[in-house]
Amino acid sequence: MSDVKADIQKTIDDSDVVLFMKGTKEMPQCGFSSRVAGVLNYMNIDFRDVNVLADEGIRQGIKEFSDWPTIPQLYVKGEFVGGCDIITEMALSGELDQLLDQKSVAYDKEAADKIREANA
Amino acid sequence: MAMEAHDIEALIRAAFPDAQITITDLAGDGNHYSAEVIDESFRGQNRVQQQRAVYTALQGKMDGAAGELHALALTTKAPD
Repeated sequence: MSDVKADIQKTIDDSDVVLFMKGTKEMPQCGFSSRVAGVLNYMNIDFRDVNVLADEGIRQGIKEFSDWPTIPQLYVKGEFVGGCDIITEMALSGELDQLLDQKSVAYDKEAADKIREANA
Repeated sequence: MAMEAHDIEALIRAAFPDAQITITDLAGDGNHYSAEVIDESFRGQNRVQQQRAVYTALQGKMDGAAGELHALALTTKAPD
């Protein structure tokens, strides 16, 4: 377990934005993972995808690491941001933009606005 | 194994006796629910803290393949 935790820590240290998900960003294998990956892709955010289905240790370990029972899980600059519902709410409210601005992570502001227009 | 909406509500209710709780069966299969929980205790907490508290109330029902509940879309907030 300690090795898994060290691996997870290294992963979130090495990339600004990391999404622990079921499947990959190109081929998500769960609707919730697909939704979050879709938002990040659409906003043109450069993120690392970790497919938990490929590693049972990570799949269980990330839940303990984050103290969060479900996947997907998003980390930005080493900080746990939330799961699917939180990311969706934040994208729609503009809080995700604020967070990315604060953390100096590049994204397409116009695309973010389009998501909100489409869901207004 | 599926769960009934009132079972989910009862678990949340036990932890948040005064909350306004709305459970919706999204797919009609007893496996995909949404839950909105509005409770005064959430005031001042961020969403991660709020939702963690609800997950704790669900006592492991969401945990992986053995969990009884595959999907619960959560919305949490403090009363307006």
